[in-house]
Amino acid sequence: MTAAIEIAHIWKYYGDYPALRDCTLSVAEGSCCALLGRNGAGKTTLLRILAGLSHFQRGTVRLFGTAPRTGETRRRTGFLGHGIGVYEDLSARENLQFFARIADVPNARGVVSGWLERVGLERVADMPVRQFSRGMRQRLALARTFLHAPNVLLLDEPFTSLDDRAIHMLSQLLVEARARQATIILSTHQLREAMAIASHVALIENGRLRFSGERTQAMLDDPALLYRLHAEPGAA
Amino acid sequence: MKAFKQAFSVARKDLALELRTKESVNAAGAFSIAILILFSFAFDPFSEAIHELAAGLLWLTFAFAGALVFNRGFARELPNECLDTLLASPLAPSSLLIGKAIGVFFLLLLVEVVSLFVFGVFYNIRWWLHPGELALTCALASWGIAITGSVFGALTVNLRLRELMLPVIIYPLLVPLLVGAIEMTNALLGNQPFTSYEWLWAKVLIVFDIVFTSLAIALAETILVN
Repeated sequence: MTAAIEIAHIWKYYGDYPALRDCTLSVAEGSCCALLGRNGAGKTTLLRILAGLSHFQRGTVRLFGTAPRTGETRRRTGFLGHGIGVYEDLSARENLQFFARIADVPNARGVVSGWLERVGLERVADMPVRQFSRGMRQRLALARTFLHAPNVLLLDEPFTSLDDRAIHMLSQLLVEARARQATIILSTHQLREAMAIASHVALIENGRLRFSGERTQAMLDDPALLYRLHAEPGAA
Repeated sequence: MKAFKQAFSVARKDLALELRTKESVNAAGAFSIAILILFSFAFDPFSEAIHELAAGLLWLTFAFAGALVFNRGFARELPNECLDTLLASPLAPSSLLIGKAIGVFFLLLLVEVVSLFVFGVFYNIRWWLHPGELALTCALASWGIAITGSVFGALTVNLRLRELMLPVIIYPLLVPLLVGAIEMTNALLGNQPFTSYEWLWAKVLIVFDIVFTSLAIALAETILVN
């Protein structure tokens, strides 16, 4: 399988502090990599670099062989960061229609209605986002991320604020995305959900990649196993 | 074509948001009206001197009110990390910058139209005698303010003293544009059609607009991402 995402010897500093230290990771096309690690380990920094939102001092990053910030790469990428990336004073429908227009999604109206239904927001589609609960906002953000059928999905803690049904819905979306050969990197603390979806796992700690490889049955049976084997004492 | 479509989508979204919240239009409109009314008490509206000062007063009011509008342009993208979302999306950075400027441009025109009516009432000046030339002056000067404000609004969006820094940086740059707009408006308020002198200033405004629009398009990636 060809690598959709290639990160080689990345170093990223915030002032003098190295947030990422010599990280090398390759994610094959169509695979799903769960990026695990404690708070402040460097997961968000790595995802922001992949999304072209953050610069790094050393190393190379390639998405389908090109740099993250080319127009073509951005068109093929769906990014969900810590912020939900939607406007509070627009309705859910208006938000999705705006993002559909800038992504040049064909039949935007139909696609937007379909996604509102998919994430269970069709009844509140014309309400301003300001009135939404946290879970509803997160579902809208997920619809916004998947809207233009991206080939690469960069998801920073996508399970945040989701209830059981919404977690199941997101898991389904990720399975479907993989079925159409989309490549996924998701950072999360929800080990059980991550292990169930992921084909690969990477563990990052203090900016260093401690482990990267295929997700095994043993990890599925015991999601905290990776921390016990590869993280520093007391990390799990 | 796609870039224009994207820019108009951004402008449409900004205008829709402004229509809901009325954050900057209310502030800029109220500021313009208050300034014009306060100065009307300082000057005798029936004196000759008012005709010489009127254009300058009008454009300085528009420029200060403009700061209230373009300050909000990129600040509106900060909640929920919308700016990051846009920068990671298929939207071209130049389309984002031009779209922001289009939004600011229309809001500025709205503030100017409202202010002109107040100006006519309180200063006894018939500003509507050359509507074509006045519209041209407002359009050229407002686009200059909008594009410059958007470029520097993007540069200062993450600064803590953004509201203070932006006008300090931008007004020195706007001097040629404001001088041109004042000279052109001066003739119109004195019921004089444009002569070659005013047309020369119109050309200065056109060059200003082209230069800053081109710089905005060329440097959008650097301004917004780096």
